[in-house]
Amino acid sequence: MTSGIQIPRTELDPARKRREAEGDEPPKMQIRDLHAWFGPTHAVRGISLDIPSRSAVAIIGPSGCGKSTFLRCLNRMHEVVPDARVEGTVRLEEHDIYSADVNPVRVRRRVGMVFQKPNPFPTMSIRENVLAGLRLQHVSLRNPDELAEKALRQAALWDEVSDILDRSGSSLSGGQQQRLCIARALALEPEVLLMDEPASALDPIATQKIEELIWELKDQYTIVIVTHNMQQAARVSDRTAFFMMGQLVEYDETDTIFMNPRVKLTEDYITGRFG
Amino acid sequence: MHPPLSPLVAPQRPNSNLTEFTSARDIERAFRAICLLALLLPLLLLLVLLVDAVVDASSRLSWQFLSSFPSRHPEQAGILAALAGTGALMVLTAALAIPIGVGAALYLEEYASENRLTSLIEINISNLAGVPSIIYGLLGLEVFVRALAMGRSLLAGAATLALLVLPMVIMASREALRTVPLSIREASYALGADRWQTLRRVVLPMCLPGILTGIILALARAIGETAPLITIGALTYVAFLPDSLMSGFTALPIQIFNWISRPQAGFHANAAAGIVVLLFMMLLLNGIAIWLRMRLQRRIYW
Repeated sequence: MTSGIQIPRTELDPARKRREAEGDEPPKMQIRDLHAWFGPTHAVRGISLDIPSRSAVAIIGPSGCGKSTFLRCLNRMHEVVPDARVEGTVRLEEHDIYSADVNPVRVRRRVGMVFQKPNPFPTMSIRENVLAGLRLQHVSLRNPDELAEKALRQAALWDEVSDILDRSGSSLSGGQQQRLCIARALALEPEVLLMDEPASALDPIATQKIEELIWELKDQYTIVIVTHNMQQAARVSDRTAFFMMGQLVEYDETDTIFMNPRVKLTEDYITGRFG
Repeated sequence: MHPPLSPLVAPQRPNSNLTEFTSARDIERAFRAICLLALLLPLLLLLVLLVDAVVDASSRLSWQFLSSFPSRHPEQAGILAALAGTGALMVLTAALAIPIGVGAALYLEEYASENRLTSLIEINISNLAGVPSIIYGLLGLEVFVRALAMGRSLLAGAATLALLVLPMVIMASREALRTVPLSIREASYALGADRWQTLRRVVLPMCLPGILTGIILALARAIGETAPLITIGALTYVAFLPDSLMSGFTALPIQIFNWISRPQAGFHANAAAGIVVLLFMMLLLNGIAIWLRMRLQRRIYW
């Protein structure tokens, strides 16, 4: 751990204090001193932050700063990779999702995820893709068509696919595939939706659709979005966290981060002086 | 107004003349001809073999040939017992090799951690696929026929053939499992599916065409195997149909081998007819494999 740059730690989060003082909802997720490793690589180095309920949190930072790894720790997807290790506490409401008696499979049903590259199941139709999560869990569906329509409407895809539901999911365009993946995650009615650079493989128009979607979804869901694109973070999120070299540099209201950051490093990154 | 063309005084470079490539073109042509020849030669040989076999067989290929037991008289002899034996062998071999082979592949690809032991096993499986089939015959003779006291039975024969095709089934299944990208598996995990559900609902449907093709091609190889069956002492003159796992049996390649070694010309015609039937069955199996692959793969779009 010989980093050349000294990263100041933000111990207390003023916005959170403000919210709590106002008697808001308790945070949906609380992360305390989270560390994550890939084999010998220490990718996330002691991150603590709160994710407020029903809002969008954006995580920005240069490549390799640990933001995707951090995201994957929030629904225990990090451990899917061999040699991966996690330490610290991640609370989903009152449960520590890393305590020994927790089944990671159960966690992932409450904390959904959308990946960078659209990954619909190639053997399934559009309808089956949307219902895949429920079927994988052997939930018996009384009205599958209604459920599929609801999720597809939420993902703003229904109008484009309502008459081709039996076609393969992979026959859609990239942007449509990504919204199909969002519908697939929403069909499980998760409380938190993690999005790992959901628009980075898409063209500007598809990106705009995804952003509008995030804007609408955050009234109902808690969204954590990792993005390379600072404008995107500014457009869609309520709060923004700036990561660097596995550490949290600054976490505040998005407006504050972009207009009036407290830490010099954040300002340098936002203004494009590095990264 | 266009700028004037610069005068045509190209700098002196080797090969600057655009028309001077005849020698390169000749080499290209010659190479192409050699490659074509390399393709045509085996095809021609195969054609000669086929025509020769069909001409020799034409006098004997009939319903009577397919539905008669062997006989001392070549014109009365048939391959009913051999056909039944081969059919039963294939069904039993598949029943033994598919669950064990696919199971082993699933374990190696999906569950085993990568360490020295698994890589040692991997190397050994690839090597086993290249071991001469008569070695498997000797193994079958010692283990199944003698140690496990199965005798020269259908079961012993099928177990020996299953052993022979197992490495091929394992390798084809692993190859197929590897084609399923991590991103698709992660999509399934992220939906709250566990490993088994991911395997059954997502991974297996995606690699089914590959696994099935591998199995059928392995069986197509097993159908023509003679040496291991002779080694374990399969019968050559069988005038009954196998009625249990423990009954004696013969198979098409053995019947053909037996007829070829007879001095009478009539039996040689029988052997040719047997070869045509065997070739037809192999082509049929290969055809089914191709058809299955195309049919199942049409459902998977990328």
